[in-house]
Amino acid sequence: MHYKGSGNGASPLGLKAAAAAVLFFLHGPVWIILLYAFTTDEATFSFPPPGLTIKWFGIASQRNDFWEALALSLRVAATATTTAMALGTLAAAAVYRSRFFGREAISFLLILPLALPGIVTGIALRSAISLANIPFSLWTIVVGHATFCVVVVYNNVLARFRRMGSSQIEASMDLGANVFQTFRHIVLPHLATALLAGGMLAFALSFDEVIVTTFTSGQQSTLPIWIFTQLTRPRDRPVTNVVALYVIGITFIPILLAHRLTMEREETA
Amino acid sequence: MSILDTKPVSVSKSSSYPALAPSSSQRVSTYIYQRPWLIMILLLGLPLFWMIVIYLGSLATLLLNSFYYLDSFTGLIVRQFTLRTYANLMTRANLDIVLRTAGMASAVTLSTAMLAFPLAYYMARYASKRIKGFLYLAVLLPLWSSYLVRVYAWKLILAKEGILSWFILQTHLDWLLNALLSAPGIGGPSLSVSAIGIYIVFVYVWLPYMILPIEAALERVPKSLLEASGDLGARPGQTFRRIVLPLAFPGVVAGSIFTFSLTLGDFIVPSALGNSSFFIGQAVLSHQGTSGNLPLAAAFTVVPMAIMVLYLIGAKKLGAFDAL
Amino acid sequence: MNDPAIPAVQFSEVSRHFGDVRAVDGVSVEILDGEFFTMLGPSGSGKTTCLRLIAGFERPTAGRILLHGKEVTNLPPYERDVNTVFQDYALFPHMTVGDNIAYALMIKKVPKTVRARRVEEMLELVRLSGLAGRRPAQLSGGQRQRVALARALINQPRVLLLDEPLGALDLKLRQQMQIELKAIQQRVGITFIYVTHDQEEALTMSDRMAVFNLGKIEQIGSPSQIYEHPATPFVAGFVGVSNLINGPAAEAITGSPATFSIRPEKIHIIARGAGVPEGMHAVKGQIRDVIYLGLYTRYLVEIEGGLDLVVVEQNLKTTSADLLTARGKPVCLYWNREHVRRVMEA
Repeated sequence: MHYKGSGNGASPLGLKAAAAAVLFFLHGPVWIILLYAFTTDEATFSFPPPGLTIKWFGIASQRNDFWEALALSLRVAATATTTAMALGTLAAAAVYRSRFFGREAISFLLILPLALPGIVTGIALRSAISLANIPFSLWTIVVGHATFCVVVVYNNVLARFRRMGSSQIEASMDLGANVFQTFRHIVLPHLATALLAGGMLAFALSFDEVIVTTFTSGQQSTLPIWIFTQLTRPRDRPVTNVVALYVIGITFIPILLAHRLTMEREETA
Repeated sequence: MSILDTKPVSVSKSSSYPALAPSSSQRVSTYIYQRPWLIMILLLGLPLFWMIVIYLGSLATLLLNSFYYLDSFTGLIVRQFTLRTYANLMTRANLDIVLRTAGMASAVTLSTAMLAFPLAYYMARYASKRIKGFLYLAVLLPLWSSYLVRVYAWKLILAKEGILSWFILQTHLDWLLNALLSAPGIGGPSLSVSAIGIYIVFVYVWLPYMILPIEAALERVPKSLLEASGDLGARPGQTFRRIVLPLAFPGVVAGSIFTFSLTLGDFIVPSALGNSSFFIGQAVLSHQGTSGNLPLAAAFTVVPMAIMVLYLIGAKKLGAFDAL
Repeated sequence: MNDPAIPAVQFSEVSRHFGDVRAVDGVSVEILDGEFFTMLGPSGSGKTTCLRLIAGFERPTAGRILLHGKEVTNLPPYERDVNTVFQDYALFPHMTVGDNIAYALMIKKVPKTVRARRVEEMLELVRLSGLAGRRPAQLSGGQRQRVALARALINQPRVLLLDEPLGALDLKLRQQMQIELKAIQQRVGITFIYVTHDQEEALTMSDRMAVFNLGKIEQIGSPSQIYEHPATPFVAGFVGVSNLINGPAAEAITGSPATFSIRPEKIHIIARGAGVPEGMHAVKGQIRDVIYLGLYTRYLVEIEGGLDLVVVEQNLKTTSADLLTARGKPVCLYWNREHVRRVMEA
């Protein structure tokens, strides 16, 4: 084989084209929404759009149900993320501290909510909630979300723990700091960016989730549920386009930030 | 200048900074420190309680519910052990749902594997470090961004009057489209309300789940193996078939776990783009909703769980978990 | 304040087991106040575990540990008046050098102005003045090592523990630091407990040393005691090179089959036939190998009876050219009877 270019060998043009096509397939569709957010057409998705307008942005911002759904989504995501951060850090600390047999079992247990289809988690929680006669509310939604968000924080924090090494904790205690002081001055700063990154991923995960939410909510609508119900309503299509655009933005930013945080840390390690 | 030349440092023999008298937090800290088992309980207690009681407990009630049945006269769930709900599952109509869903899952899995390969191969073999990092981000971004919005995007694209139709008209391929749409079972009034549409969207949303494991598996293939193969006389195509493909297979199996499992349980895509022929997810949703038939919904849910357990066992035998 | 009669550290039948592994097996030792005490041994011999037991990072499975007469066996590290310099320095990467050094004072809530002054004093002691604002990542290995030292000393502990602190440094730097550490210890006057596997380092720096093997201490003594009078074959072999002669070969030389050791530098090597002085132990042999090491030459001589002896001679007169012809030469080895050490078989 002849090697040129990057030293890995020149890739066949066909491969490059195929790879590019797949990449386009992955990202192209979302841009279509951007286009449709400006269409003047009210009822259909006709292409090319008959005209362009920005009035839908204004109309969307006056829709109360949209704002309520958005507010609920934000509250759920914030609460679930905080819970997941606490639980995930505790679990990661426990697993890091000891070389006990349960380590793999814990990792498996934590990833189960994400590994099993959402419908399983959803209906399992629903049957448990109705069995216990608990009313559906913000809190039932939060419980569902926190359950599958824990593992995201856990993985990030555990990876960071492993990069820390135990000698720093010992050094801190050797110099006179007790367990709590060591956590505050040494451990927490170390975990900070990993915790943040995990938290942001958890936030994005929670904000976007619809399957488990459908089962664990009563009358409440989070934003994804709102979008889902709009999927079949012709009159609301343009507004839905705008809302979809907002959602992309809101979930895009935390993901990018989380990525930056974990990348940066690895370079300075 | 050696250390012995520096001026003396005032270091008294006794410590001028005696430790503060132990505060209460210090006493607690020592108490915990001397009992490592206590530390574990404090750390693991809450997460374990949550996962075991809340999550595993819910799964248990789900399983339990599948052994109850709904009395159609009273509309109440009878909490007695019975298998009649599972028998109900075996009726023609319900079996159709299961088979339809499994069939879709298989088709989606095969297609995502084929589509994922070129990109994964490029990333693993040819991409420079910078480009690989960029491509990773490019694949991860759709994975983490809104799933519902991405489904919605296809509703726009596939609409009868939408961009894809316009494109097909422009390229005079509408006869092909109509032929597809009139096909029994998979066709429909328009792409956005048909099994074909569902299939396309499933492939689209699960594609990243297939790309990443395959890329990881391909990256593990040492370049020396490929060079050795070429050295021994194999043409690139043969090397690909006989060396690359078998070694990438665990990655394919790992990715297929996701695509299969996710398709089996999904109700969003079929609801958004389907008609009245249900998939498992929709069946579950409808049974537990208005009719309150939780046992049947539970039984339906057990099906994908059972399929996945069997699938996971088979996948483990095929070595898929090394690729994760 | 410090009663010199009370040892700084006392181990009383201390054991540390990890399951079946006996990392430390019934060790008893007294380390005196103000001395530079080295714990020497190969990897896995228990020396580092003993250090960690003193610091409080491990708890003994059995036995008692006392610091200046006070029992500390179950106390956590932050309640012991002991500080450690770690092998990997364990500097806190998110803090500056100054904050690292001041950490112990910060925990004790010492006022900021006093902290700053003390940090300056410490930096001067380890010759890193002016670097308080840097981050550990910006320092060289040798500089980080000194920051670790300063951080541990600022607390004015009565005992300083050093866990192979010079292992990562190159030879020249290591030798320089050995001198500096020793000087600092004498200036500051506290007890240093030093762990190393480098016997040359131990011999250079210690007032007294303990040789560890398989979780037990085989010998405690001053460097010259250990070197000149090794108590066991292990010590004889680990500290310096030693020749062990036993059985019939021993009997032929000394008249008794008991095992003895003789250091390579104590053996004289002369041509066969040249006269051996009166009263020396002597044996005939043939040079098997010669290694020229600049300062001295190392000979491997096969003696009657088949044993190989290592002989070391300073290159006072010989040059490397002379040595090229040495291989195969028949020679006679002799040494002073007083330099022979009886060795207990293990």
